[in-house]
Amino acid sequence: MTELSGWGRYPRHPSDVLSPSSPSAVPPFIASHTGLVSRGNGRAYGDAAIGEQVTLVTRRLDRIRAFDPATGRIRVEAGLLLADLLDVMVPKGFFPPVVPGTKFVTIGGMIASDVHGKNHHRDGGFGDHVESLTLALPDGGVAACSLTENGDLFRATIGGMGLTGTILEATLRLRPIETGWMRQQTIVASDLDAALEALRATADSTYSVAWIDCLAKGPSLGRSLIYAAEHATHREVDALRPGAKAFPPSRSGRLSVPLDLPPFALNRRSVAAFNEMYFRAGALKAGYPFLVHWNPYFFPLDGIGDWNRIYGRRGFLQYQCVVPTAHAGPALRSLLDRISHRGFASFLAVLKQMGPGHGDLSFPMEGFTLALDLPVSESVFPLLDELDRIVVEAGGRLYLAKDARQSPATFEAGYSGLPRFRDLRRAIGATGRISSRLSARLGI
Amino acid sequence: MNASRTLLLIGGTSDIGRATALCYAQAGWRVQLAARREEEARRNADDIAVRTGSEVTVHRLDVLETGQFESFIEGLPQLPDTVVCVVGELGDQQRGQTDLAHATQLLRTNFEGPALLLGSFAERFLERGSGTLVGVSSVAGDRGRGSNYLYGAAKAGFTAFLSGLRNRLAPAGLRVITVKPGFVRTQMTAGLKLPPVLTAQAEEVGRAIFAAAETGKSDVIYVRPVWRPVMMIIGSIPERIFKRLRL
Ligand SMILES: Cc1cc2nc3c(=O)[nH]c(=O)nc-3n(C[C@H](O)[C@H](O)[C@H](O)COP(=O)(O)OP(=O)(O)OC[C@H]3O[C@@H](n4cnc5c(N)ncnc54)[C@H](O)[C@@H]3O)c2cc1C
Ligand SMILES: NC(=O)c1ccc[n+]([C@@H]2O[C@H](COP(=O)([O-])OP(=O)(O)OC[C@H]3O[C@@H](n4cnc5c(N)ncnc54)[C@H](OP(=O)(O)O)[C@@H]3O)[C@@H](O)[C@H]2O)c1
Repeated sequence: MTELSGWGRYPRHPSDVLSPSSPSAVPPFIASHTGLVSRGNGRAYGDAAIGEQVTLVTRRLDRIRAFDPATGRIRVEAGLLLADLLDVMVPKGFFPPVVPGTKFVTIGGMIASDVHGKNHHRDGGFGDHVESLTLALPDGGVAACSLTENGDLFRATIGGMGLTGTILEATLRLRPIETGWMRQQTIVASDLDAALEALRATADSTYSVAWIDCLAKGPSLGRSLIYAAEHATHREVDALRPGAKAFPPSRSGRLSVPLDLPPFALNRRSVAAFNEMYFRAGALKAGYPFLVHWNPYFFPLDGIGDWNRIYGRRGFLQYQCVVPTAHAGPALRSLLDRISHRGFASFLAVLKQMGPGHGDLSFPMEGFTLALDLPVSESVFPLLDELDRIVVEAGGRLYLAKDARQSPATFEAGYSGLPRFRDLRRAIGATGRISSRLSARLGI
Repeated sequence: MNASRTLLLIGGTSDIGRATALCYAQAGWRVQLAARREEEARRNADDIAVRTGSEVTVHRLDVLETGQFESFIEGLPQLPDTVVCVVGELGDQQRGQTDLAHATQLLRTNFEGPALLLGSFAERFLERGSGTLVGVSSVAGDRGRGSNYLYGAAKAGFTAFLSGLRNRLAPAGLRVITVKPGFVRTQMTAGLKLPPVLTAQAEEVGRAIFAAAETGKSDVIYVRPVWRPVMMIIGSIPERIFKRLRL
């Protein structure tokens, strides 16, 4: 038994851990255990990747099996790290179609959470770019799945949080890029309406995201910096940074947080100071486009190893919701209002626009998604329950990959595909056999 | 110049083997992976080929089937320039104490198979006048210990074989390299508690093998240098004391 937790280090649960060395070793493990779920690199924040009894870690399934430079089609094992894929493929002029805010995730984890990036409004979720996958089923069999073969299973597995079985391999399409640079533009938004407007206005940019200063109140509630970006072309690199290499190496030097910080290190004042500094530094760059390396643009936090430790031993929660466009303005305003009034310190508050979603448990839906970190404390839970009510009322939902505490009622209200997902789980014999702490908590 | 050079890696499913073959392929070598489980070796072959653009082929071989060695060598697309053998099995010492079949398998897998196979390549390399042989042995062969002497004795035999072969091939300008990795985090040691300073990653071993065989001059390498003094101390303990230690 090992004590496992997600990236938020809350909650922690004991579990047996299996670590198969090859896809062929997975089916016998699945057939001979119950209460099992897969785990990639454990970057889900809460309890999604902790088995009720047994956790099957996929990290040793990390081979790239085939790549066709003519089409960008790549076949990989599910435990391959996105960071590894980037190291190999960016110098060849290819980029993953969708990336989350950290590169230390596995391909299997990205499919199981149907990960969204800063381009969801244009390109959909990661699952939209998966052509096919192989899935180890609860009965010890292996199924090939795509839109045309075992289509229901395929759709349910995308965003299915590992609850249909273990993804062994996946085939997807990478996008060609001319350079490893991003052409970024920063827009300053003085309040929430300006931020939503700026996100709508930059919707034709491939990537856009707003960083919100959660502690700004009153008239500046929702004050934000919007980062819009494109993969830079050769010509743009020549113009903006003559002589730069097309594919500069990414710096590997990583800072790391040496010890768990005591709880008082993150208080309202220190975060307010950080936010003020961040906002000014960003605002200085506003207006004109500039080049940044893909690594800091997409993965700014990966530069600080183990940054989850700054929240101390008790861990932290990430709250991420999406609210449909029609109710986005008022709902986001009440959410931010509650958060800023309680003065809960939050380093990260990110606002993104989402395009339409699909899939039973997949998170994205057309609207706006807000994500922020909060240290665990007694008083944070009632606040989040309050936020849940606002989200549910607006017809929104919470992201399972970030969740550690929502109630079954909140969950059921947000996911209309749940009954169908449960039916499919029953049909393939997954109910009760493939289960995580999350699925047990929410009755999936 | 390297474009046409070929590595044969025996033990193509092992973690150390994968890391070693990747180092060679990154340097532009063509790679042949030999393994008894072809399908598993193909995973490594594909992966190395995509990452490096090198040509990687897979060849079936069980080192216990010594009778197949000649036809295996004849069947390779070309006689390799360097052969690295990483085949080994830690096995279960306690079981081997009473189960002769298991004991025999450990002796044959760690000594007989690898030694005879490298010996067969040595004859061909002598005939051609070039070639490098690398055998992955173990510090466990430096001194027999109660907890793993079947494995250790076989590795000691392998170490002695490599030393003798080196002695014989040196005048012809052919190199034989003995690698003693120390502890390595691999599937062989999965679940064992290993002291971090003494424990290398498979990638470290791969780089060390490539450096020793292709750019260095050493005949016997310990991957982490701390192992040299450690083994010197272990080697210098008088037998009358050593025999009473629980090791
Ligand atoms: C700093 C940070 C930033 C993030 N930013 C974003 C973001 O921008 N957008 C976004 O969408 N997400 C984001 N996330 C969440 C993260 O992308 C997801 O949680 C992702 O699933 C983590 O991948 P993992 O390999 O670590 O999976 P884990 O956390 O180990 O597992 C996550 C889920 O996937 C399942 N799973 C894993 N592997 C398999 C498999 N082989 N077969 C079947 N199921 C499997 C698990 O059972 C679990 O339910 C972020 C996380 C962090 C820590
Ligand atoms: N890990 C350590 O701490 C450590 C320390 C010192 C020395 N070593 C040595 O390093 C070498 C590589 O070990 P590793 O750690 O990478 O472990 P490993 O992954 O278990 O490698 C052992 C390899 O030997 C192969 N093999 C076993 N019997 C075989 C047979 N009859 N025919 C063909 N191949 C056979 C295995 O193939 P299958 O996959 O088919 O089983 C596997 O590829 C071994 O010689 C080991 O003794 C390891």
